[in-house]
Amino acid sequence: MRDTRDTRTKRTGKRKKVRSYPIMVLSGIYVLLFVTMLGYIFNYSMSHKQEFINNDYNTRQKILLKQNQRGKILSRDGDILAYSEKGSDGKEVRVYPYGKEFAHAVGYSTKGKAGIEAFCNYYLINTNLDLSKKVAYDTKGMKYPADNVTSTLDANLQEVAYNALSSRKGAIIVSNPKTGEILAMVSKPDFDPNNLELEWDNMVKDTSGEAKLLNRATQGLYPPGSTFKIVTLLSYLREHPTDYANYKFSCNGKFTHEGNTISCYHGENHGSLDLERSFAKSCNSSFANIGVGLKPETFDGVLHDLKFNQELPIDFCRYNKSSSSYPKDHAISQVMQLSIGQGNTSITPEHLNLITCAIANDGMLMKPYIVSEVKSEDGKEIKKFSPEEYGKLLSTSESQVIRRMMGKVVNEGTASRLKGLSYTAAGKTGSAEFNDAKDSHAWFTGFAPADDPEVCVTIIVEEAGSGGSYAVPIAKRVFDAYFGVE
Amino acid sequence: MELYITEISKYVIASMMLLYTFTAFLAFKLRSREARAHIYAAQIALMFLIEFSCFVQIIARTGKVVYLFFFAFQIVVFSSVIMLFYFIYPDGNRLIINNCCLLLMIGVIILTRLSYERAVKQFVIIAISFLLGFFIPEMIFRFNFLKRFTWAYAGIGVACLGIVLILGATINGSKLTYSIAGLTFQPSEIVKVLFLFFLAGALYKAENLIDLLILSVIAAAHVIILVLSKDLGSALIYFMLYLALIYISTENIGYFILGMFFAALASMASYKLFAHIRVRVQAWRDPFSDITGAGYQLSQSLFGISSGGLLGLGLYGGNPKSIPFVVQDFIFSAIAEEMGIIFAILMILVCLSTFLFIMQEGYYIHDKFYRMIICGIGISYAFQTFLTIGGGAKFIPLTGVTLPLISYGGSSVLVTIVMFMIVEGICMIGSDERYEEYLEERRYERNRYRNERYKRYEDEEDR
Repeated sequence: MRDTRDTRTKRTGKRKKVRSYPIMVLSGIYVLLFVTMLGYIFNYSMSHKQEFINNDYNTRQKILLKQNQRGKILSRDGDILAYSEKGSDGKEVRVYPYGKEFAHAVGYSTKGKAGIEAFCNYYLINTNLDLSKKVAYDTKGMKYPADNVTSTLDANLQEVAYNALSSRKGAIIVSNPKTGEILAMVSKPDFDPNNLELEWDNMVKDTSGEAKLLNRATQGLYPPGSTFKIVTLLSYLREHPTDYANYKFSCNGKFTHEGNTISCYHGENHGSLDLERSFAKSCNSSFANIGVGLKPETFDGVLHDLKFNQELPIDFCRYNKSSSSYPKDHAISQVMQLSIGQGNTSITPEHLNLITCAIANDGMLMKPYIVSEVKSEDGKEIKKFSPEEYGKLLSTSESQVIRRMMGKVVNEGTASRLKGLSYTAAGKTGSAEFNDAKDSHAWFTGFAPADDPEVCVTIIVEEAGSGGSYAVPIAKRVFDAYFGVE
Repeated sequence: MELYITEISKYVIASMMLLYTFTAFLAFKLRSREARAHIYAAQIALMFLIEFSCFVQIIARTGKVVYLFFFAFQIVVFSSVIMLFYFIYPDGNRLIINNCCLLLMIGVIILTRLSYERAVKQFVIIAISFLLGFFIPEMIFRFNFLKRFTWAYAGIGVACLGIVLILGATINGSKLTYSIAGLTFQPSEIVKVLFLFFLAGALYKAENLIDLLILSVIAAAHVIILVLSKDLGSALIYFMLYLALIYISTENIGYFILGMFFAALASMASYKLFAHIRVRVQAWRDPFSDITGAGYQLSQSLFGISSGGLLGLGLYGGNPKSIPFVVQDFIFSAIAEEMGIIFAILMILVCLSTFLFIMQEGYYIHDKFYRMIICGIGISYAFQTFLTIGGGAKFIPLTGVTLPLISYGGSSVLVTIVMFMIVEGICMIGSDERYEEYLEERRYERNRYRNERYKRYEDEEDR
């Protein structure tokens, strides 16, 4: 006979419930385990959806491509920058109406992927068309049009920047410091994405050494030259927050410290200077003098705050990290080189643009972005990218002082070609030497209007000469176009 | 037209599944037979609606009418299982049977999409398993002597596993399955039932620490043989079964914690000792770094799970066949891809509710032997489900066990159905116990009433 445990208690005569706590505990453990696992699965699969679909080993991309026609990429005003159509042989071809102009910003999708084509691949191959519209396409025997991507790029500014750089090598970035939107991004030498198939092998072999596929705006690492004096200036402001105005220096064309000498550009003699004029005239001697007086930790702290040697908040394209650091052994010659942006320091134009944007926006860096929204072919909003604060790179008061000094660069210094226009501008020039023959890249980074900046421009022209003569005129053409000046 | 059908059926399937899951958990609140009658009816209607919608989708996509016959056969078999159960074993737990049928249906549906031939094979095995299984509840109910063969269970179990180990070693590498007449056969699955009966029998008789030690040594022998056969998943399931039953039997959480501690030590040691375990752990931590090699399976599985979205790509809409061994080890990924992550999660919740029903039955039963068996079945079912799904979704390292009732695999389905039938038999014992108690209570009350009356009578006499 089966044993039935008699659990009746003598006293009350009532049957006591057989409680088995282990069964409850084990059941509880498993419920917890399952709920955690299901939460994990849901979260993991949803948050990695886009990344997984772009993986080359994921065969689902082919299913989508067979079903949907790749979506369009539009400028901020709705101009078509890229679209797909059926070619004469029945195959789908990607067309870029602006040819070379948007080559690096918009990118390509046939030989691997780059630019917006890569960043928004997920949206460009998926469709959110209404069911009834899908049925209509089905009956016509056509593929469903995938979702369309609207970029922040301004076709007019892009064209002006593209033409202004003419046949020079280099890069131009135009952005809105208040929102982080990228309005134009040019890199040269470039390629025609419509002829990618033909040009590809040559570009990859790169026999000419032009590195056409490289997006110089975000991947090109250049010595910053005098534009780096912004960093040295900020370090000095951090050590002398109240008495920086008392700085005095007498320039005779060169500066010697402990047997090391730094010369001014073309040996120019700047005479007696305060901090503001040192910056406006871009006096190497004065800044080398400032540099040797700075504490290493101040300098390294500023480099850290300005995101040197770190990842940048950029997710829309490939980029390189900038590098700069105070010499470990405190070698004076290297400290002097560092102070004027020569030596081991290198920066990408995009990074310099971000620093300029932060200065223009009271120290607050807005996360840069190049795509504003994704819409289905029938106009439903699928995804919206909004301005997003990334964080303060410098304090409001520091940015105000630097802005004022950048204004002086235009009014009294090296960027005088921007003076006396219908709008006010501010900025900093640079002439970065890249070889021993004293050849230099021309730099300019700045913003306008000077008192309430709404557009930031960063320009590098490779092997051109001084920033004041070669980069500033390009900046003027871009600002003119932005403010609608003929 | 086809597009409308597939898109609308996606919503229908997901919402039916949501309702079903809701009723499954509602049953915990509604305990009375009358209230549950509505739940049974609703569940049966919902499961056939899900089955119907899926087959509509399948036929719309493939245009093959032959599937219609397959669908009709399934309706016949599953409805007769449910009906027969209702008439033959009215004291059984019908919620467990309903869940079991639903999960089997889902398995056959996704197998039909992946490989029609295998789906038919699986369905035949299901039908045979039920045919055999119908006798099991009655056997469990009547054969009280089953608790006496403790050592025979252990002897046969160890011998079977040992033979597999030796055969596996001689036939080069780890071959865990054998084919007999075209049906795959996995000894560790079947020995699991023997192991369970051994543990229950030994714990039923165990009186002191020595007894516990002896049974632990024999249990360890099972686990070690499985580890040596490289059948890691089964070894883990056996171990968890042992640990859970020791805990339930002794009611001492110290044993459970000690066991988990030993398990942690053992896994660290095996990580150091065995290269194939290191490869698996590495593939779990970062499957994408070796996507062409060790990480291939898992990354394909993850692609599958993530590509479905909330409602799935629809049957035949995705590419689950790109996952190696999808029908055995990664059936969950295929379901998530084509039927949607919502459906897949609800399905796991149904599995969880099945586990809780089993444990609840175990909670109310008095006979310790049967309590051990039923809780053991619950634990091994839940743990195996956890291992498969967690492994395929990068939650835990992959161990390569099947998803009970859903994955393709003859012995797995057979053994799981047999175990569920044992559960039903024990449920009957449970209601029998409760009936006995009820009678005893009545007797007791009657006696007390009589005594009181007698006492009053005596009092009146005294006056």
